[in-house]
Order: sequence, then structure tokens, then C-alpha cells
Amino acid sequence: MREQNAAVRRGNFDEVALGYNLKEALREAERCLDCSRPGCVTGCPVHIDIPAFIRLIRAGKYREAYDHLTEDTVLPAVCGRVCRQEDQCEKDCTVGKKLQAVAIGRLERWLGDMAIEKGWHQKHAIRPNGFRVGIVGSGPAGLACAADLARSGCEVIIYEALHRPGGVLRYGIPEFRLPDQVIEAEIANLLRLGVKVQCDTLVGRLFTLEQMLGEMGFDAVFVGTGAGYPKFMGIPGEGLNGVLSANEFLTRCNLMGAHRFPYCDTPVNLGRTVAVIGAGNTAMDATRVALRMGVEKVRCVYRRSREESPAREEEVRHAEEEGVEFLWLTNPVEILGSGEGFVRGIRCVRMEMGEPDETGRRRPVPVPDSEFDIEADSVIYAIGTNANPIMGQTSRLELDKRGYIRTNERLETSIPGVFAGGDIVTGAATVIQAMGAGRRAARSILNRLGVRTC
Amino acid sequence: MYRILAREDYSDVTFMIEVEHPMMARAARPGQFVIVRLNDQGERIPLTLADFDAARGTVTLVVQAVGKTTMQMKAECRPGSVLQSLVGPMGMPSSVGRPGKVVGVGGGLGVAPIYPQLRAHKENGSYVIAVLGFRSRDLVFWEDRFRKVCDELVLCTDDGSAGLKGRVTDGLHQVLEHHRDITEVIAIGPAVMMKACSELTRERGIRTMVSLNPIMVDGTGMCGGCRVTVAGKMKYACVDGPDFDGHQVDFEELMRRLNRFRGDEKAALERWRKHAASCNLRRGISEES
Repeated sequence: MREQNAAVRRGNFDEVALGYNLKEALREAERCLDCSRPGCVTGCPVHIDIPAFIRLIRAGKYREAYDHLTEDTVLPAVCGRVCRQEDQCEKDCTVGKKLQAVAIGRLERWLGDMAIEKGWHQKHAIRPNGFRVGIVGSGPAGLACAADLARSGCEVIIYEALHRPGGVLRYGIPEFRLPDQVIEAEIANLLRLGVKVQCDTLVGRLFTLEQMLGEMGFDAVFVGTGAGYPKFMGIPGEGLNGVLSANEFLTRCNLMGAHRFPYCDTPVNLGRTVAVIGAGNTAMDATRVALRMGVEKVRCVYRRSREESPAREEEVRHAEEEGVEFLWLTNPVEILGSGEGFVRGIRCVRMEMGEPDETGRRRPVPVPDSEFDIEADSVIYAIGTNANPIMGQTSRLELDKRGYIRTNERLETSIPGVFAGGDIVTGAATVIQAMGAGRRAARSILNRLGVRTC
Repeated sequence: MYRILAREDYSDVTFMIEVEHPMMARAARPGQFVIVRLNDQGERIPLTLADFDAARGTVTLVVQAVGKTTMQMKAECRPGSVLQSLVGPMGMPSSVGRPGKVVGVGGGLGVAPIYPQLRAHKENGSYVIAVLGFRSRDLVFWEDRFRKVCDELVLCTDDGSAGLKGRVTDGLHQVLEHHRDITEVIAIGPAVMMKACSELTRERGIRTMVSLNPIMVDGTGMCGGCRVTVAGKMKYACVDGPDFDGHQVDFEELMRRLNRFRGDEKAALERWRKHAASCNLRRGISEES
């Protein structure tokens, strides 16, 4: 796919991957073999009928292709961008066994973008069934759950604690990977299905799950609040000014518009050099947003090597191209202060890959006497999250040892009528896994309510 | 959008707004806070609830105009105008515990939030003493409200124009000397004040709760900006607090962290002042013509 030039794009927030034009999309669609037993469908967490929508693209029936695609996903323009297709649909592509797999995600995005451009709406005949379902959190899990329930005829209200809907799509994933306009358009589609979204509403504290099922008259509730609660390492100096979580950094920039400070009120003030700790997708987002905030030097510090990085290969490559310096096999041992409470650098130690541990993954071990200091005005932690405690604090929900909500395979929680899915059940995972969980929960809710599903 | 029903000014910087939010008015408990956002470009600022009235369907905020957003609130919040966002109640409610003899110390922005806490203690059957600090007599507010829920009220003013001449710590010291059976002290105000109060009670071994006010973004445990060190452990004030044991809080760190955006805050305030001045000028010209 064509991309914005690295030297140019590191200075703007415009989308990096430019998407297909018609010719490119048709050429890619031609590569699909239309297998009789398609691996791609099994590889997709929401089982999109991939060969069918690609067949329709090939036939030039774009509108039909979009309608077919949106039978299975509400957010094609989002998922086409942020899904890890290489580990899902594209992994099991027959063409991919010998050649480059069919770029399913890019075709999905192309259709999604075309729909936004042409103003196509998903049309579905909805027959109201009289049931009301409340959804806690408007991230990918909640949105996917809401879409399926609304199509089946339920009245759906989504409650969001922040002032804009979308959850991690909004506050986490930056504009240059997922433009706001795309989120806006796909949520608008959901509203057209009759779903209502109420922002500024912190469920648990403003009202409880029990109240929702009681006086508020919901027949079922889905909890998709995400994991939240960022982790730190517990090394000295983490309380210094300039040490922050990737969640905070990305929220300040993506949701609060810190790149437009002081036009927008929220500052972020990174200084000249930034170090990001961790090498997952969130870390890559943080490094690349930092570059776009005008920081001179951005380093990424990770205790394992590039091969073990949990980020998508494409994200690491993008960051490298844009000029992020990677310190692989490097672990922070102390955040160094300026003496006035601000960060001035990180003391690191070199690591080497040791023997495999009980999980079979090789464990990084420190190299003796290899300490060295790097300069940093800001240190951004992107090493994962723990469970957000609010739902547990405010209800009788049964939690596991780590504080995540315990569910059975139907995603039912310990409170009858309350279902949960996404990161608050599994711990941090991907957008599409959360969407898959939202859809599974929707099926279970419909089953419980005795609504026939299509 | 949340409608402002009433406003009252207590000084050149301190004012009260009463905002309509029936559901929050029912849910709110002493010690909890809200997040306010004024407009699309606005920041999210945490404010501790000063009162809530389920019957009226309102929550009350007492605001000190000291930064850009609070200055803007002072200029723009009027009965009939709206807050674009008002989220909450947030944080763990304060625990009231068994009835005893409770002292509430409020200074600066902490005067109002101590009120619902003391009311709850009074309703719980405690003997309640309030120690409130103001600059001078004419800046005293809510004296009548406090008198209704307190067995004793100690006013402290910088100039001695009302009550004791001195700081709230002087007032607290006097109370601690006079009453040897205090079971709990609650201190709300600037970090330096809460720290001083905690030091006074530490040697006497009196349980002391403080309400922390670090910098926050979302207020729901998601960003970690509000992390504080309590008993050597990292806590998030928004979901683990905002009330913590004052004897265990690392106040030095809190005070340093409150300065995190000092430069930016100043710049934002200057920019807003200029903007407001030019608006006033324009308004003045159009009114004259």
C-alpha cells in the first residue's frame, strides 16, 4: 500500500498508510482464489465471509460487497486499519502459502472508506423485540456488542465515562493510524441502527450494575470497560515529573488535543528527548506521536530483541523509518532526576537472551557491569496495564486473582444478566479480539433473552 | 450539558455554583469528586464535591479561580449557562466509621469539601469540630452551614479579624490541646497544609485522613497521571482514593508533581487573560456605540 513519505509524515498527524485506489483494489481482489474451504474465514475472530465480499469487489458490485461485509462487522474502516490481519485472516490465506497473502485488511478498509466517502449506510430491517440492554464502555467490545443487539431488535444504550465515544479507538490509537473522522463515521452508522450513546457517565459510581438491572429496567448488561490502570516497573524515580504512562500521553494527545496546546487547554510538554519503555503496538504509537509533537530525539527501550517485540512488524518498521532509535536488549534500572523533581535520563543495563523459561520463551538476563545512562526529558511507560478496579469496587462481580472479571465460556459473569468481554476479562489484547468478545456476548445475551438470532 | 442553577461569589477568587444533575445528586457521597470540562478545547479538571442535594437534584462546587479553566469558569458560569461535561461522582467515598470525636480542618479550596464529610460524621453521631481558615472576616463563607453540623467551630484568619489569628494548623493545635480524646482528623486543602496537619497528629497517634488533589486526565484509573506514593506503594488517587492516611502520604512527591506543568499553566493563563481582555474591550466598545 502507498504510504506517506517517512521524512514528511513524522512532521504531521495525517494518515501514514494511504489506502488503495480502485485499480490497486481490483488488482488485489483478483489475487483471491475464492477457495472452497477458506482459511481466512476461520482465521477471522468475527468470521467475516471474506471470499464473498472480495468476489463482489471483483464483479464491480462495491455496494453489495459493503452490505455483505457489514453483515459481520460494524467497523470495517476501523478493522481494516488496526486488525492484525497477518496473524488472523491473512495467516491462513491459501495464496499466502506460496506468495504474499491476499491483503484482506486493505480491501476491507477500501470498502469501508468508500462507504464513508459515498455516504453509504448499513441497511438492516430491524424489528423491535422489546428488550433493553445497557452497555458499559464504548470501546470496540461495546460497539460490536451494541451493533449485534440493535440489529436483532434490542433497544441499546451505551454508557461512556469519557466525553467522546470510541474508547481506545479514540484515546489510544493515534490519528495517523486511525483518523477521528473514520471513528466518527462508523459510530454514526451504529447510531443509525438506533443505538444510543451517553457520554460523561461513569457506571459503577453514577449508578451500579444492580441499579441498571433493577430500577433502570435493563434486561441485560454488557461490561466492556477495557483494562485501564497502567503498569509501572517499580524502579526508583518513577514519581519524577516527566514520567508518564503511554495511556496518559496518548490520551492527552489523541483525546485532549495536546498537540494544539495552548489552543486546546491540555498540555503534555515532552521536552527535547523522549524515551519510551516497551515495544508493543502502544509503545510504537507513543514513539511516533512523540516525533510528531516535535521532539528531537525519540528512543525506544526494550529488554528483549527486535524479534521478540510484540508489536506488528509494520509498526516497528514505520517507527524505524521515521527515525525512532531502538535500544533492543536494554532494561531501565532507574529513572534519573534533575534535582528539581524533573526527569533527566534513564540508567539502563544491557540484557542478553538467556535460557528458555517454563513458558518456552527465552528470558532476558542482565549483562553484569553493563550499566549506562541515556538522556531523556520524558519517559513514557508502555509495558501494559492491570485491571481497572471500578466495576469490582461497586458491584458483587466476581473477579479473578488479578482483578479481571470472571466469566464462563458464554461470557456470563457471576451476576445473572450481566455479561463481560474484552480486556476487562482477558487482560490487554487487540481491538478485533475485543470486538469478537462483544459479539459473542451479544449472542449469549440474545440467547438468555430468548431472542432468535439470524 | 449540565445547567447551572445558582451561583454565589465568596471573594474575588472563590465562588460557588450549583449544577443540575439529579442522578449524581443521588449517587454522590462525601469525599467524592467530579471532573468538569467547559468546551471542546477544554481540559478536564477534577473538583471535590462541596455538597449534593438529592431532593433538589443538584450538586454544588466551590471553585477557586487560580488557573486558566477556573478563571474561565469564574467569567462564564452563570445561572442558566451550562457545563459541557460533568462526570462523577468519582473516587471512593470517605469512610465514616464508628462515632467518635472528629475534627475537620479546611483551608483554601478545602473549606467547602470538608462540609459534607462533617455532616456525615454528625449524622453518624460523632462530636464534630471544624477548623476553617480564611484570609479575613469578609472572606468567610458557609459559617451558618458549618455551625448546623458542628458542635464546635474554630475560625482562623490571617489578620485575626475573625476567630483565631493564625493558620488552620494553629487552630488544630489548639483543638488537640483542648480535647485529648480526638478519634479522627480530616484535613482538606493545599498539600502543604495537609502535610502540616498530618505532622501535628502523627506524634499524638491520631488517625488523619487527607483528600489528595493531584493532576488528573480521565479520573477513571486509565491514565495514571494522579499516582501518589502512600506507605511506599504507588496508588492512583482517582480510583484508590482520593482519601488516604495522611501519615503515610509522600507529600514532598505530591507537591513536586503538582508543579509538573507549571510553565504551561502560566502560558495558558496569560493567553486566556489576553483573550478575555480583548473580548471585554470589544464588548465595551459595542456597548458604548
